[in-house]
Amino acid sequence: MTENPEVQERPGYFGPYGGRYVPETLMAPIAELESAYDKQRRKRKFRRRFEYLLEHYAGRPTPLYFAERLTAELGGARIYLKREDLLHTGAHKINNAIGQVLLAEVMGKERVIAETGAGQHGVATATAAALLGRSCTIYMGTEDMVRQRLNVERMRLLGAEVVGVDSGSRTLKDAINEALRDWVTNVRNTHYVLGSVLGPDPYPRMVRDFQRVIGEETKKQLRKQAGRAWPDVAIACVGGGSNSLGLFSAFLDDERVRLIGVEAGGTGSELGRHAARFKGGTLGVLHGTKTLVLQDEEGQVAGTHSVSAGLDYPAIGPEHVSLRDSGRAEYTSVGDDEAIEAFHLLARTEGILPALESAHAIAEAARRAPALMPETVLVINLSGRGDKDVESVLAYDEQRE
Amino acid sequence: MSPIDQAFARTKNQKRAAFIPYLTAGDPNLECTEELLGALVDAGADLIELGVPFSDPIADGPVNQRAATRALAGGATLSGILDLVSRNRDRLGIPIVLFTYFNPLFVCGLGRFAEQASSSGVDGVLCVDLPPHEAAEEYTQALRDRGVDTIFLLAPTSDRYRVREVAAASTGFVYYVSRTGVTGATGELPKELVREAKKLRRRLEQPLAVGFGISTPEQAGAVSKVADGVVVGSALVRTVEEMGDDPELVKRLEGQARQLAEALGR
Repeated sequence: MTENPEVQERPGYFGPYGGRYVPETLMAPIAELESAYDKQRRKRKFRRRFEYLLEHYAGRPTPLYFAERLTAELGGARIYLKREDLLHTGAHKINNAIGQVLLAEVMGKERVIAETGAGQHGVATATAAALLGRSCTIYMGTEDMVRQRLNVERMRLLGAEVVGVDSGSRTLKDAINEALRDWVTNVRNTHYVLGSVLGPDPYPRMVRDFQRVIGEETKKQLRKQAGRAWPDVAIACVGGGSNSLGLFSAFLDDERVRLIGVEAGGTGSELGRHAARFKGGTLGVLHGTKTLVLQDEEGQVAGTHSVSAGLDYPAIGPEHVSLRDSGRAEYTSVGDDEAIEAFHLLARTEGILPALESAHAIAEAARRAPALMPETVLVINLSGRGDKDVESVLAYDEQRE
Repeated sequence: MSPIDQAFARTKNQKRAAFIPYLTAGDPNLECTEELLGALVDAGADLIELGVPFSDPIADGPVNQRAATRALAGGATLSGILDLVSRNRDRLGIPIVLFTYFNPLFVCGLGRFAEQASSSGVDGVLCVDLPPHEAAEEYTQALRDRGVDTIFLLAPTSDRYRVREVAAASTGFVYYVSRTGVTGATGELPKELVREAKKLRRRLEQPLAVGFGISTPEQAGAVSKVADGVVVGSALVRTVEEMGDDPELVKRLEGQARQLAEALGR
């Protein structure tokens, strides 16, 4: 690759990653979105409305909970759970969905569309659309529609149209393709609520900013509960990477905090059996951004696998790659088996069913905690709840028996 | 003057628009594409747009998506496609423009791609998800230095600043996307198309080719009154899909292309 590592920071880039690689038709709406976002985020009125809805509608702040029994079971670091699973609709996705649908309202777009993998972002967008009076269409791979059936029904009950995507791997990647095609077609009245720190600029930074509240709250809560405003270790799962950046971004300047992102290791290390971009990815351009992509030598995007639909995606948010390069964050992966084990571990010790996505972060914490000193403070972002995954977990356990 | 410039100069002299058929390379396999390209030339093509299949074609409708899937399943690769151009460019005798997504070129390496495209005889490259501001020297300059035209796109949503940027970066011609949307037939063409195309043609020094959604000889004829070139893609790709390995495919495609060429006054 002829990429120059000394590339100057360009707008829309994180080091050499990011950018705006989109068909010409989308250049105008993306510029419109950028200018609306840059203007509104400075406006008190917009910020207050956003904060008001997060607090009174979505249920912020979410608790930071000291997981005493999990801590005792693992016998090491003090483990805190940031309870994003307790938010309205059951995951951190609602933070970003409310922010973006508010922007759609300001821009006068009467229709919103979104892609969804696990269904959490789809449910969050359908919810925000109902709340703010927008019509809503959600694209979802047909394989994901089977494994996240409950969320499909929730979206429909919320008034959204759910369109199954039957091309390619029938998962998140293909849902994004189809959402982009819809956007190109209906660009004048439609805003695309992209659900992660992916896609063309300004999405990666805008979604991060809407999620930053996770880390900011954690800071305040730790000050009260742990006597200091920073954790020693912060762990979060990384699909596109929005819940992890939401937690990490509040601590980027604080070198005392070790930031650990966890990718989906799936069922093996061959291409197609996992979604660990830092292990098998190479530099490429997918869905509007230059980043690490799981692909073959011809630049054709590879299939991925994870038991968790929300992590089952071949590219990673560009800012994460830059954080890896600078050494500010480190990345690891957890396979299907270990994630399912962690799901059971949290259910058994704390009475919480985590989303399978978040279970990857719990598994990584379970690996590390025993070796850490008891005064070490470890925060796991519990990004979503596991109701949607009950059928998947039961099927998995049955198969293993 | 590049071969693309010459092709447009010739059609301009003949007071007609250039006929630019599109096919996905390698659909259903590269040998078949080779035959089909010959048929397009026989039917009266002035330039050919050759699609490089990509796994995630976000600017394409269902017909071209399925063609890309068939081509990839049939083993088509960028280097295989460049070999095909290299073997056939002289025989065909008309300019060949690659219609592609950015990632396969990026992964190949832009310098290396420019080198190979040029030595294979590719006349122009049109990269559908690469706006000029992301192209910079690595792509635009590398191709131009080797005599390959860089074609960029304009859309109904492009404002005058974008028109200026795209005009500055394009050589050979500028490709105007007839409507907001993906490739493929959708019945009627938008009413604004005539006005928009006329306006753009006054502003651009390069020839203007119009594509997306033009499927019938009637539509091609109507668009040709306001454009220097007319691109027809999905309608031809659909024929390839429907005929499959029917031995009549080459003849049928040639007939369909001839009707389109005739509608442009060829």
